[in-house]
Amino acid sequence: MEAELQAHFDDVLARDQRLEPRDWLPDAYRSTLIRQIAQHAHSEIIGMQPEGAWITRAPSLRRKAILLAKVQDEAGHGLYLYSAAETLGAERGDLLERLLNGTQKYSSIFNYPTLSFADVGVIGWLVDGAAICNQVPLCRSSYGPYARAMIRICKEESFHQRQGYELLLTMMSGTERQRRMVQDATDRWWWPALMMFGPPDTDSPNTAQSMAWKVKRHTNDELRQRFVDMSVPQADVLGVTFPDPELRWNDERRHYDFGEPDWAELKRVITGDGPCNAERIAHLRAARDDGAWVREAATAHARKVREVDRD
Amino acid sequence: MIDGELYEVFVRTKRGLNHVHVGSLHATDDEMALRNARDLYTRRNEGVSIWVVRSDSITASSPDEKDPFFAPSGDKVYRHPTFYEIPDDVPQM
Repeated sequence: MEAELQAHFDDVLARDQRLEPRDWLPDAYRSTLIRQIAQHAHSEIIGMQPEGAWITRAPSLRRKAILLAKVQDEAGHGLYLYSAAETLGAERGDLLERLLNGTQKYSSIFNYPTLSFADVGVIGWLVDGAAICNQVPLCRSSYGPYARAMIRICKEESFHQRQGYELLLTMMSGTERQRRMVQDATDRWWWPALMMFGPPDTDSPNTAQSMAWKVKRHTNDELRQRFVDMSVPQADVLGVTFPDPELRWNDERRHYDFGEPDWAELKRVITGDGPCNAERIAHLRAARDDGAWVREAATAHARKVREVDRD
Repeated sequence: MIDGELYEVFVRTKRGLNHVHVGSLHATDDEMALRNARDLYTRRNEGVSIWVVRSDSITASSPDEKDPFFAPSGDKVYRHPTFYEIPDDVPQM
């Protein structure tokens, strides 16, 4: 029986069709997907914080409205993804608990601080740009609900990246001090953005299995290269440089060569020792605790309405 | 349950089209589910009408029984117009 189910699963994959919630799935496929989707959802939820910190300090009503919409989108993306994880049998409350107690991770990038308003622009440009590189191939992920959530997310990410780049263009046409802020933010975010693609392929033991399952469509290094090739011409138009002396066009490869990110730093930040890890989790915990009365009140209200309807 | 019940969300993107399933969400009652669905799934004019329904109210066919369940329609080729051979020179058919 199990062999038959496995054969059906393999056949769906081989024909490049999508697996759906009530299909039989191998346990390892299911748990890998839950881990990946949850990590992705957690990243969206924690990802509200670095930019959310600037909403009250945005320099104009226009920028404030844009930033609010963007942070609201991040919340939405988190919810699409939790919803996809639930189709695999995960419990939303349990996922949140795992985020809070550190047994599930989120993207290392959100553990860096946003020191100036230029950071909001650079996050849109580079961090969301890297996210788009990672996410566009996931629209073809073999698990249907995940792929469909990614399609919605990718549509909205395009606004995120463009508002960031436009913000930076505006600052670059400002004062010398504003231009220095943009360069400074670029210098600080470039390497962490490259690390968003994960460890190098030589140190990424799960990649082969994830690609066989068509959960992942490209290796970490392929996507990182694509991101570098995309970003260099954008930096030229903007008038900033990346802090990498080894970055140059390689005519033979038809790609940019670039330096090695500090993988020890990535490991440190992922395992909890980044600049803002403790702060991010403490903030989320406080938000959850402070909002508990709302959930309790809504539950009590719903119960009361049901009782009145019954009588 | 403190995080609310699970609801499935269906959106009609414009008049003349069917409602299509777009995902799910948590809410403590139907009214909240509808409002959350608006905020979550139609932030950019994606819909003109929304249905929400508690997930546990849906009865679905199971993929495991897919073949026998849909088998009755598999061998009835005469239900399709292409089953019938009509000479090429018959107009408008």
